[in-house]
Amino acid sequence: MGLSQTITGSSPDIAPMPKGILDPSTGKPVGARDPFFLEVNHELSDKGFFVAAADDLITWARTGSLMWMTFGLACCAVEMMQVSMPRYDVERFGFAPRASPRQSDVMIVAGTLTNKMAPALRKVYDQMPEPRYVISMGSCANGGGYYHYSYSVVRGCDRIVPIDIYVPGCPPTAEALLYGVLLLQKKIRRIGTIER
Amino acid sequence: MDDGKLDALGQTIVSALGGAATAHAVAFNQLTVTVEAAKIVEVMKHLRDDPALRFVNITDVTAVDYPSREKRFDVVYHLLSPTLNERIRIRAEADETTQVPSIIDVFPGADWFERETYDLYGVIFTGHPDMRRLLTDYGFDGHPLRKDFPLTGFVEVRYDDQEKRVLYEPVRLNQEFRKFDFLSPWEGADYPLPGDEKAEPKA
Repeated sequence: MGLSQTITGSSPDIAPMPKGILDPSTGKPVGARDPFFLEVNHELSDKGFFVAAADDLITWARTGSLMWMTFGLACCAVEMMQVSMPRYDVERFGFAPRASPRQSDVMIVAGTLTNKMAPALRKVYDQMPEPRYVISMGSCANGGGYYHYSYSVVRGCDRIVPIDIYVPGCPPTAEALLYGVLLLQKKIRRIGTIER
Repeated sequence: MDDGKLDALGQTIVSALGGAATAHAVAFNQLTVTVEAAKIVEVMKHLRDDPALRFVNITDVTAVDYPSREKRFDVVYHLLSPTLNERIRIRAEADETTQVPSIIDVFPGADWFERETYDLYGVIFTGHPDMRRLLTDYGFDGHPLRKDFPLTGFVEVRYDDQEKRVLYEPVRLNQEFRKFDFLSPWEGADYPLPGDEKAEPKA
């Protein structure tokens, strides 16, 4: 039988060692001749340490360990879940979900914010420790969107909490949200202050 | 069930309920029975307990607003009989001050439906143990699904940095709500709709 032959006949399937992306001009991995990495590598192998500014180090640590709090309010929350799932996998950027506002750095407001929910959103935001960031996700959170003229919807969640990044879309794709996350990291790196 | 059988079913229900039910109608293969709002509990008990009917499932309680009528609301109850494999709609007229008896003793599942109907239309149900608003904001003013309720409501919220709390303020819109669907047949268009230009004029 074909099944037993494949089990007994050949060696077990093992995934080949990944080669990475090779640079066609050199035949070596991309970035192998990057002067920055060469210098860092040289310093590390030569002296065993290298020197950097403290705020650079702190912003580097901050961008690489952003804990986000899930504030899923509507359909946008499905795309927010998508972005943390293996296909887009924000955890490779150190952007990890955290269930408690007291232990998180970023809040993603994903969906329609209603008048009834607004005090609760502010209460949760106030519980987050500094430095804290907010990503507004989708048309409804950005400016009320489809429900702008409704009697029960807040016309943009920036009326309740200060927003760092606005992600447009209805709902934004997981890629759009991922791009927003990368922009937030860029913003933290560029502002570069320890006190916010 | 075809329309003839539905009509017969409506006939038996109306005759069995005597003074409580006033009329019945069959439209779009659906049976509607009009009843007196004050006797709704009696009607529901009969529909649930009569062995020939067995409408044991309450599907929905809601209302419809007809602002031009003297009694502006229709309180609507939808029931399902798994025995007959048939649905029924019960309609009772009411206005803002009519006290409609709660059917929570007959169908406990009507609890939140009645709260929602009170919340959105302002129909008053008597005998309900917990008649609070269900969906709208705490301290909300008005009943939003009434036709005379303005689309944008009366208040909007904002976080005040000085007071450190969320404040309610009168609505202030930077741009009025604009409706661009001038061809909507619901807005009373009396000219040919797009695509109908070449149609033969009706004799």
